[in-house]
Amino acid sequence: MVRFTDVFKSYENGTKALRGVSFEIADGEFAFLVGPSGSGKTTIIKLLTGEIAPTDGKIIVNDYDLTNIKFSKMPYMRRTLGVVFQDYRLIEDKTVFENVAFAMRVVGASSKEIRRRVPYVLELVGLDTRTRRHPQELSGGEQQRVAIARALVNNPRLIIADEPTGNLDPARSLEIMMLLQKINELGTTVLVVTHEKELVESFSKRVIAIDGGKIISDGMGGYYNYER
Amino acid sequence: MKGNRFVYYVREGINSIFNHGFMSFASVCIIVACLLIMGSFTLLALNVDSIINSMESENEIMAFVDESYSTADAQSIKPGLEAIDNVSSVIFVTREQAWDDFLDTYSDPGRLGELGPETLRDRYVIYVDDISIIAATRDAVSRVDGIADTTVHLDIAKTLVKIRNIVTIASIALVAILFTISLFIMANTIKLTTFERRDEIAIMKMVGATSTFIRWPFVVQGLILGLLGSLLSFVMEWGLYTLFSDKLMAGAELSLLTVIPFSVVSIPIFIAFTVVGLGVGVIGSLLAIKNYLKV
Ligand SMILES: Nc1ncnc2c1ncn2[C@@H]1O[C@H](COP(=O)(O)OP(=O)(O)O)[C@@H](O)[C@H]1O
Ligand SMILES: [Mg+2]
Repeated sequence: MVRFTDVFKSYENGTKALRGVSFEIADGEFAFLVGPSGSGKTTIIKLLTGEIAPTDGKIIVNDYDLTNIKFSKMPYMRRTLGVVFQDYRLIEDKTVFENVAFAMRVVGASSKEIRRRVPYVLELVGLDTRTRRHPQELSGGEQQRVAIARALVNNPRLIIADEPTGNLDPARSLEIMMLLQKINELGTTVLVVTHEKELVESFSKRVIAIDGGKIISDGMGGYYNYER
Repeated sequence: MKGNRFVYYVREGINSIFNHGFMSFASVCIIVACLLIMGSFTLLALNVDSIINSMESENEIMAFVDESYSTADAQSIKPGLEAIDNVSSVIFVTREQAWDDFLDTYSDPGRLGELGPETLRDRYVIYVDDISIIAATRDAVSRVDGIADTTVHLDIAKTLVKIRNIVTIASIALVAILFTISLFIMANTIKLTTFERRDEIAIMKMVGATSTFIRWPFVVQGLILGLLGSLLSFVMEWGLYTLFSDKLMAGAELSLLTVIPFSVVSIPIFIAFTVVGLGVGVIGSLLAIKNYLKV
């Protein structure tokens, strides 16, 4: 569950990235966050993950109030999230299996749990035949699926993907979106950031549109118009 | 689970050491060099101090009694001498005893041997507590009625005190400077690891690893390097000191110098080296990782 209430964000250099943003995403929802480049999408994601703090307003993520969260609580808030980036962010010298296992190990999972859980998520994302490969031996679509498996492996309540298909061709992009939809159907809340109009239009999902740091439309349907 | 994590920290720490073999080697060398210099200066200071202490017990003011005093009169001024500040003990020596001592000291006194005890004066041998104010004590002794003359090896006393002060100040300054340098090198070695692994650290934070968990492998890395440095430098200090003191003792059989044996100081030195090595390792690693843990 995510709730933004009248959130403002100004960067140190004075850029006003968000100017009063309010929206709510309920548990189990699938939502797109769309808008042109520089409209403030990544800023919203960074606020959600606690990487940056809002200048004003209130942010609640999975029952954690990020406006006055203790520094020591931040890791536990992050364990309720799975984050996926455009550039995959995999560790090059670890295998597919190790990349996914790493996310479990660093939150203190036992080897036994890791051996049980990692093959399951790798099969879920369709990479069960690639577990011993290294990232550079995989295609972009496959690398992004490793990143999704890593985001998923600690069983988060919310998956956040910031332009996950930005480096992929349309066919691979569609596959990644289908995978995220499947994950959503298994019960995880999903928020996908994109500026690819066609992709959004091919799904009948909630679309939150942002421009100039403000929400300009929010509703169901595969259509949005950010020229408006 | 706890054991599992411990194994993880140690394995990651050791991996980092080998992945940055050269920098690890360099930081161990710097710690060894710093500890050797620190240790050598401390040992030097300890030895100068021990020599001064032994000299203090030997350093004496010789106070000669006026010739017009009879032996009984001469003995009567003893309480006045004992009352002087900084005087630890006073021994009366008659001219006859002094003459016997003189004859004992020189097996072949030559023409002086033809003289007799009457050429000498009754005297007091006065020992002091603190060598550094011996000059003032001597002045006080001279002012006592019946004391005609005093002698003291002031130069030796002054020089020794000066050396001790210089060595003490130099050791403290060197220890501070070298500690800072070691810390800087150690922090930079580990910073290299953290820099190379910044993506990994970012991923760890993103998936919810605690700061403690992220920090530990680097602390272990620093601990191992620091410990390695302190053990190596202890062994080297031991060898160097033994070699040096053997040489010094062999070359100066007649000298009054006695060098403190390493066995006497080995445990405090070992503890000090370990504490400094571990301190440099841990503080260095914490400094190195500090910036990565802010978010
Ligand atoms: N770290 C930063 N410092 C200053 N300005 C920034 C920073 N990050 C983003 N911005 C600015 O904030 C605005 C919104 O950026 P961002 O949220 O990245 O947009 P989007 O992801 O929609 O492309 C842009 O004008 C961008 O230049
Ligand atoms: Mg962006």
